[in-house]
Amino acid sequence: MAVTFAWIAVGAVLITSIGLLLTRDWRWSISLLALQYLAMFVLVLQHWPLGMASVKVVAGWMSAVILGMTRSGLSPTESAEEDSLPRGRPFRLFAAGIVALIVIVVTPGVDTIMADAGFAVTAASLLLIGMGLLHLGITAQVLRVTLGLMTVLAGFEILYSAVEGSVLVAALLAVINLGLALVGSYLLIASNSEETESI
Amino acid sequence: MNAPTLWIIFPLFLGILLLFITNQRVLSVLGGFIAVALALIAQFVPIELAMKLGPLSLKIDSSLTVLGRVLLIQPTEGHLLALIYGAAALWFFGAEASKVAPKIVPIGFMVIALLVASIAVEPFLYAALFIETAILLAIPMLTSIRKPPGRGVLRFLIYQTLAMPFILLAGWLLAGVEASPGDLALAAQSAAMLGLGFAFLLAIFPLYSWIPLLLEETSPYLVGFLLWILPTMTLIFGAGFLDRYSWLRSSSQLIVGLRTIGLLMVVTGGAFAAFQRHLGRVMAYGSIAETGFSLLALSLDFKIGIPILFLLIPARALGLAVWSLSLTILGEHVETMRFDAARGILRLTPLAGAGMVVATLSTGAFPLLAGFPARLALWEGLSRISIGSALWMMIGIIGLLVSAFRSLAVISVAEEYTSWEPRESPTQMLMLGLGMIGLFLLGLFPQSVQFMLANLPLMFERLGR
Repeated sequence: MAVTFAWIAVGAVLITSIGLLLTRDWRWSISLLALQYLAMFVLVLQHWPLGMASVKVVAGWMSAVILGMTRSGLSPTESAEEDSLPRGRPFRLFAAGIVALIVIVVTPGVDTIMADAGFAVTAASLLLIGMGLLHLGITAQVLRVTLGLMTVLAGFEILYSAVEGSVLVAALLAVINLGLALVGSYLLIASNSEETESI
Repeated sequence: MNAPTLWIIFPLFLGILLLFITNQRVLSVLGGFIAVALALIAQFVPIELAMKLGPLSLKIDSSLTVLGRVLLIQPTEGHLLALIYGAAALWFFGAEASKVAPKIVPIGFMVIALLVASIAVEPFLYAALFIETAILLAIPMLTSIRKPPGRGVLRFLIYQTLAMPFILLAGWLLAGVEASPGDLALAAQSAAMLGLGFAFLLAIFPLYSWIPLLLEETSPYLVGFLLWILPTMTLIFGAGFLDRYSWLRSSSQLIVGLRTIGLLMVVTGGAFAAFQRHLGRVMAYGSIAETGFSLLALSLDFKIGIPILFLLIPARALGLAVWSLSLTILGEHVETMRFDAARGILRLTPLAGAGMVVATLSTGAFPLLAGFPARLALWEGLSRISIGSALWMMIGIIGLLVSAFRSLAVISVAEEYTSWEPRESPTQMLMLGLGMIGLFLLGLFPQSVQFMLANLPLMFERLGR
């Protein structure tokens, strides 16, 4: 049963990570991020007890809320880079397909290295890391960079939960996730402001 | 009282409290004196040893347990803390002159506390988590809420954040290598992970593009502080890996790799510095070359290399402090720090111009300056192993010296009959003057800091003994 849930979570991770790459509406992005953390919770449950796994989803949702609340207070801005080739949706979908293919190929090998974390856990983790890196590579927008970094970290945390169960690590990773969301919010506000201070 | 509370928890909370003070002078003086006090305690009060003060008995315990894990500051690490907090005091005292005290003092204390925690945490692999937290804290220091962040800040955030997963995974893999030392594939995988993690953290070629960008976008003093504290603590953390894992320490490929990367950093740093047309970018490439020198020191025989690594630390701290303070003051009087805009600026800011040139020369191993003794020892050590490597290091140094003379030429060339009108404030003149005297003193009397540096290798169990 747990394995079935894990594979459902992998499907959810695939949808959310590709969705994050394609969507241009920040509301969708934040919703997909929140869903991604729910899937992450299911995958972390494979190795961690419920209490500790809950830390991931709570910290993740709090981060999504921080980013969402900040973005909702800012004026709507559209970046020209989003429409220009080769960064359009077809290109992103194509690049996401390549990442997915690479993940399928390397999952068995990485699963062996990672103390048999489980195919579902390894695949979801690599998928998130790959899509997050792809996201970071094709954008310079603050919100998207933050989402990309959070996606990469989410992928890493899933994989790391299979080999490390320390409370301190869980707490520090939660702090880092929240810190990243706060820094992202800070930079979002800053990027929306007029230049009033000279170097 | 225990050491982690004194040198980690206290500075962390102090930093939070100092956020509420906005007066430049108060912050600078208060921060500087507290940092000096922490440095003096670290230097002169032994850890885990009871001291009698009249009727009182004082003992600083070495450990503090947090969430089932231990923060442990060994008695041998006292000298390192003294060096770190002593150098921090230098930066904090100079903060008023650079007019960034409300940012650098509070956040600086928090960043240093977290980086000290990264050295103290057991198991030491968790250090990457503390380093990442320090990186996140540094972002508000580098940016302003009233100004859109530049590409440099975003790249800094991305590159430094990507380091953490690699180092944590490498740590786990290294434990596996310890359990089965014969597994060469696992050793290669863990070394690759570790290498990638440190490449991101130390901004190894070609991952250092954020440094020049940051120095174009942000106050040089704030960036200079980060360019001092982050590589210094990361290098000590990295040396800790070499100390703990004998297979890593004895790996000839790793030593060759360190030497190659170090030379790449020195040569590219020096060469790119020589061809820059922006004073901030020259400093960026100078700091990149500084990291290269440290990596070269780690690639030598550890008995020679580790003392050189520690000898590089005070010169780097003082050199970058003077360099970045000079650039900040120069920046107040020019529109941008591009060469065409900074032409003849020496007539308005003579001490800042001199400070910038002296600091650049010190980085370029100019004789009698702070950087010279360590680089000379490094060059000698390197030439014993490989003459080719020593020649490559010389090319990097020539590049740095060329950049110093180019910068001097640019700031000193002015229109004919332009008068000298120094506009530096008395505080700026005092700090720059003291900084330059310090650079000369460290160059002339390198043994003056030996009382701090001599015992530093003792913090490692096997390296440098």
